Amino acid sequence: MTPLLSVQGLTVHFPVGGGLSTRSHEVVHAVDDVSFAIERGQTFALVGESGSGKTTVARAVLGLNSPTGGAIVFDGHDLTALKRGARRRAMGDVQVVFQDPYSSLSPRMTVHDVVAEPLRARSDLSGRELNERIVTLLEMVGLGTQHLWRRPHEFSGGQRQRIAIARALALEPKLVILDEPTSALDVSVQARILVLLEELQRELGLAYLFIAHDLAVVESIADRVAVMYLAQIMETGAADDVLHRPRHPYTHALIRSVPSPDPERRADLGIIAGEVPSAITPPSGCRFHTRCRFRMEVCDSVYPEPHDTGGGRLVSCHLPDGFDLDQGVTTR
Amino acid sequence: MADLLEIRDLRLQFNSMRGTVKALDGVDLTVREREIIGLVGESGCGKTITGLAVLGLLPRPQAEVTGGQVLFRGEDLLALDGRELEKMRGRLVAMVFQDPLASLNPVFTIGDQISRVVRIHKKVGRNEALEATRTALAAAGLPPDEALLDSYPHQLSGGMRQRACMAMAISCGAPLLIADEPTTALDVTIQAQILRLLLDLRDELGIAQILITHNVGVAAQTCDRIAVMYAGSVVEQGRTTDVLKHPRHPYTMALYDCLPQGKTASELRTIPGSVPDLIDPPPACRFHPRCAHVMDVCRSVKPGATQLSEEHWAACYWVEQQERGGAGGIP
Repeated sequence: MTPLLSVQGLTVHFPVGGGLSTRSHEVVHAVDDVSFAIERGQTFALVGESGSGKTTVARAVLGLNSPTGGAIVFDGHDLTALKRGARRRAMGDVQVVFQDPYSSLSPRMTVHDVVAEPLRARSDLSGRELNERIVTLLEMVGLGTQHLWRRPHEFSGGQRQRIAIARALALEPKLVILDEPTSALDVSVQARILVLLEELQRELGLAYLFIAHDLAVVESIADRVAVMYLAQIMETGAADDVLHRPRHPYTHALIRSVPSPDPERRADLGIIAGEVPSAITPPSGCRFHTRCRFRMEVCDSVYPEPHDTGGGRLVSCHLPDGFDLDQGVTTR
Repeated sequence: MADLLEIRDLRLQFNSMRGTVKALDGVDLTVREREIIGLVGESGCGKTITGLAVLGLLPRPQAEVTGGQVLFRGEDLLALDGRELEKMRGRLVAMVFQDPLASLNPVFTIGDQISRVVRIHKKVGRNEALEATRTALAAAGLPPDEALLDSYPHQLSGGMRQRACMAMAISCGAPLLIADEPTTALDVTIQAQILRLLLDLRDELGIAQILITHNVGVAAQTCDRIAVMYAGSVVEQGRTTDVLKHPRHPYTMALYDCLPQGKTASELRTIPGSVPDLIDPPPACRFHPRCAHVMDVCRSVKPGATQLSEEHWAACYWVEQQERGGAGGIP
């Protein structure tokens, strides 16, 4: 079966400057040659630090950024090739929940209006049917009729995120893009939203494109994961496999840098030095080579093509298969 | 080791249009010389307010201290007047905040703003202040050269800005640093570097720290001891391993269970209900409406500390009952 969403060689560049006198030929490499696929009913996570391009990928899928190159094939349609109207019809099956529920909901609209808006725009439900559908949606996310006529400021962060989820589910989408949906929430609230997202996925057969920087959150919810660094994917594979047996030095260093809440599992606070280089003039060859502990001569000049190491595991690195990142030696 | 700072039963309220916000409900906290203590809790539990109260930085007249003491080497900081507070800040206690861009002045160079701080607090000349600035920058892991001294905050990366804030905070030799979510705005790899810096400041310069964080992992990896706050009180305090590996207060246990570490979403536990409105907080133990082990007494009398070991205590009747040996306990 073809995947629900297939992103092929997606590239998004933004021009630098833009004023009359400052216009230059420089571009920000926000996303460079990124490919991945999401199966129906699956959760695919894009992880990486700020500026790695994960949100730009999501915005390109939503049609909020125009790709410089590549294709985005959703449910058999290449979204980048569609005309505006056809694209808009196809996009009803893709919905989004943003990070900050304090800015993604209009303060002037009641909960009823927020959830009704997509239904009014896209369906011919009217009157009672519309109201019943809204109540059903609110109940799905753990809210009730008593919340219908309130406005966002009367709700806590977790409740607002539930409202945003209800709005995203209104048109029965096949794919929901979740852009850091729990990053603005406290851990006890985050846990509830994660539980809710998993329940909804099971009941409705939704696919998620889950964007996050928190590896523990990703581990708890994702089936597959792609790790991004400076506009490119370093490594893709089954979430459990990538997060427990990283093959790319960046993934490895990222995992080891995360402070574990278990005081006996010491994080390696010195494993990665320096900072992310400029996305206007990214390093040649492998983009991670300036910070990599295992840098070789070839890394400076030759881009490591992603190669399949088995089981759908793609790694972009010149190190040989079987290289032990903990010990720094090849074991087989 | 000796106590550097002791907060005793600190009570504080804000008088707002909506009513009186009972923000701190008897905070007890001790900070020893040369240690990092973590103040951990969710938004609105009073972590930052506690830090600001130590430095006398709360807005007046809205904020009103209604009881308690903040003893720095035996002297009550709450009794100081404005001029004395000015002298104390920076020399005895300094603070760094979550957002380094907001805490640096955008129109002064890094060198200017740090050396100005030194000149004001230590009453020294321009050259001496510049020397102290270079020393502080080096200690914070920044190159103390002209290029950095002459750069403006917007020219630095997030990690470098936070290091510059750290340099400013330690520039006058304060033995206690209050770090309020110093890594929350940073990426994990940069966060790791800043946490390393906090440990170095403790080990090499002997600077004690109160690390305010909502991130249990950050506290676990850097703190000698941890105090867990809920709705305006410290509910459990002890060595990091005791509090996180053997939590005893029902809130600490529930909070740890909410962490997604190594669990699938369906295995995650949640805490029922939500954080109370502190204008009308629940009486007695403020956690009782959400507690899995609530008893009648929890609704009428606020629990005192039950000592679990020399270092470890929890403020909870259920814990006290267990310590007394089982189910009989309190009627």
